[in-house]
Amino acid sequence: MTVHNLYLFDRNGACLHYSEWNRKKQAGISKDEEYKLMYGMLFSIRSFVNKMSPLDMKDGFLTFQTSKYKLHYYETPSQIKRSFCILFRRESCLVTLHCPVTPIYVEYVVKNPLCSMSEAIQSDLFCSKLDSFVRGLPFFSARAG
Amino acid sequence: MAIFSVYVVNKAGGLIYQYDSYTPRAEVEKTFSFPLDIVLKTHDERVLVSFGQRDGIRVGHAVLSINGVDLNGRCTADGKDVIEYLKDPVNYPVSIRFGRPRLTSNEKLMLASMFHSLFAIGSQLSPEVGSSGIEMLETDTFKLHCYQTLTGIKFIIMADPRQTGIDSLLRKIYEIYSDFALKNPFYSLEMPIRYSSA
Repeated sequence: MTVHNLYLFDRNGACLHYSEWNRKKQAGISKDEEYKLMYGMLFSIRSFVNKMSPLDMKDGFLTFQTSKYKLHYYETPSQIKRSFCILFRRESCLVTLHCPVTPIYVEYVVKNPLCSMSEAIQSDLFCSKLDSFVRGLPFFSARAG
Repeated sequence: MAIFSVYVVNKAGGLIYQYDSYTPRAEVEKTFSFPLDIVLKTHDERVLVSFGQRDGIRVGHAVLSINGVDLNGRCTADGKDVIEYLKDPVNYPVSIRFGRPRLTSNEKLMLASMFHSLFAIGSQLSPEVGSSGIEMLETDTFKLHCYQTLTGIKFIIMADPRQTGIDSLLRKIYEIYSDFALKNPFYSLEMPIRYSSA
């Protein structure tokens, strides 16, 4: 029961930030290609869900689950997408992750005059705050069980 | 209705069976006078709302009928283009019905194949060893469950998010598929399942 990795994408598909905590298996392709594949998959799932849904949607695509992990997805109104890859078994982590990451991002990236909005985030402060936040989550364990 | 639809996808990603149970789609009919304050656009042989959301008419809704007569793609039943028809003040006041567009069978084929690929990518991008593909996809209006058999056939069910017992339903559908489709000597494997209710 842990957090594996986290991706942050901007509205055009560029990966702004990626960090991993407990990743056992790499994708077998280069990092750039992995980011593009992940973004492409999320974009396709979003349009798939839009077409398939029998009723009008409010939040859209939320999570998907496989036998080994659960991916949580969150999109801000300004179209900067967040997606998390997390081991399943706890359902409640969905809501808790959405709220705190946004303030960290706003505080350390948006308000930083030196950080450009469409480039990868280079702020060390952002990385370290995000890291300590994720490690402090109640369902995070350093060794995946 | 708790179960919205059932799809069966073969090894290659082609749709071989599809079942929709009736879902009440919200439709809104209103009378408009010239000029129309809703911006329409043509997309994929349908006329969709692109701007001007109000009164239950949302962005993405399609124009379903004009003055009670169902549309034929982008044209009215008489063959006139809808956008041109609505630009002419002579035709007003006009009563237009908007609603979520229904999927055509071509679109269902494409979406089933798209899901087949997404299933495989979900397994490739896994941070853990030995992960299967996407087994459950959750949104705020529906939950999609997928069961992949050992032979590569996928059974996909779209249901209400609160519905339980879908896993056993998927196994049961697999049983019915093997009993009635596979044991039928005239059925060719991986081909669309055709039936007639005689």
